[in-house]
Amino acid sequence: MSEHHIVSPKIYFSIFGILMICTFLTVAAAEVDLNRYFSGLNIIVALTIAVFKASLVVLFFMHGKYSPKRTQLVIIASVFWLAIMLFMTMSDYITRQWT
Amino acid sequence: MHRTGELYEQYRTMEQQRETASLGMWIFLSTEVLFFGGLFMTYTLNRSTYPGIFSEASKTIKLSWGAINTVVLIGSSLTMAMAVWASQAGRKKALTCFLIATLVLGTVFLGIKSIEYHDKYVEHHIPGWNFNFEPGADAATNAHTQLFFSLYFGMTGLHALHMIVGAGLLIWLTKQSLKGRFTPEYNTPVENIGLYWHFVDIVWIFLFPLLYLIDRH
Repeated sequence: MSEHHIVSPKIYFSIFGILMICTFLTVAAAEVDLNRYFSGLNIIVALTIAVFKASLVVLFFMHGKYSPKRTQLVIIASVFWLAIMLFMTMSDYITRQWT
Repeated sequence: MHRTGELYEQYRTMEQQRETASLGMWIFLSTEVLFFGGLFMTYTLNRSTYPGIFSEASKTIKLSWGAINTVVLIGSSLTMAMAVWASQAGRKKALTCFLIATLVLGTVFLGIKSIEYHDKYVEHHIPGWNFNFEPGADAATNAHTQLFFSLYFGMTGLHALHMIVGAGLLIWLTKQSLKGRFTPEYNTPVENIGLYWHFVDIVWIFLFPLLYLIDRH
C-alpha cells in the first residue's frame, strides 16, 4: 500500500442502499412465523442479517477491506474474543443440568 | 499536538503514521466490543432461560420507532463516511456539512430514544420503580419481564451514552473543520471518530433485532 485508499461516494451510497434493504428484510422476517419450519429459525435469520449488515459497515464504511493486514487481525481478534466469551459461558450454563 | 500533518520523528512515512493511528483506534474498539460483550452475554443467557417472557416483553416496545431509528442511525453512518471522504478529497465545505448532518441525525436518534423511554415510563415498564408488566401480572412474570427491561435500558442506555459522547466529538470536529484544520494530508481525527461512530452503529444493528424483533409474529 503506497497510496492511501480513498473509497468513492458511489460505494458508500450503494452500501447504504443494501443496508436499508436488509433493515426492511429483518423487520419483514420477524413478522413471519419461521419457527414452525425449524425451531429458532427466526433468531437465526435475524442474526444472520445483522452479521451481514455489520460486516458491510466494517468492510466499507470502516475501510476494513482496504486496511493493512495487521489492522484486519485486530478486527478478527475482537470478534474471536467475543465468541470465546459467549461460547465458554453458554457451554457452562447449558451443561449444568446434565448429570 | 500536531495538526498540520507533519511527519513525527518516530515514523518513516506518513502512511505508517496514519496506519498507526488507525491501528490504535481499532484496538480501542476491540475493547469496546468486549465492553458491550458482557451485556450481550447476559442477554443471551437470560433470553435462553426465559424465551417466552422475553418475547412477550419485546412485543410491548413500539417496532416503528426502532425501525425509524435504525434508518436514522445507518443514515448518520453514511454521512459520517461521506465526511471522511470529503476530508480525504480536500472538500472543506462539504466536510463541515457532512459532519453537521451526522450530528443532526445522531440528535434525532437520541430524541426518538427519549420518546421511547417516556413510553416505557408511562407503561410502568421501568425496572424496580412502580414496575408492573400488565394489569394482573403475577410475581414471576413481573420478575422475569424486569430482567428483559433491565437489559433493554442497560443496553440501549450504554449505547445512547456512546452516542452522546460521539455527538460531543462531532461538535469538536465541526469546530476544527470550520477552522479549516483538516486536509487530504491530515485528517486522522475525522477518520478515527468516524470509526467510533460506525462502531456505535454496529452495536445498534445488533440491538435492534435482539430487543425489538423477538418473535413478532
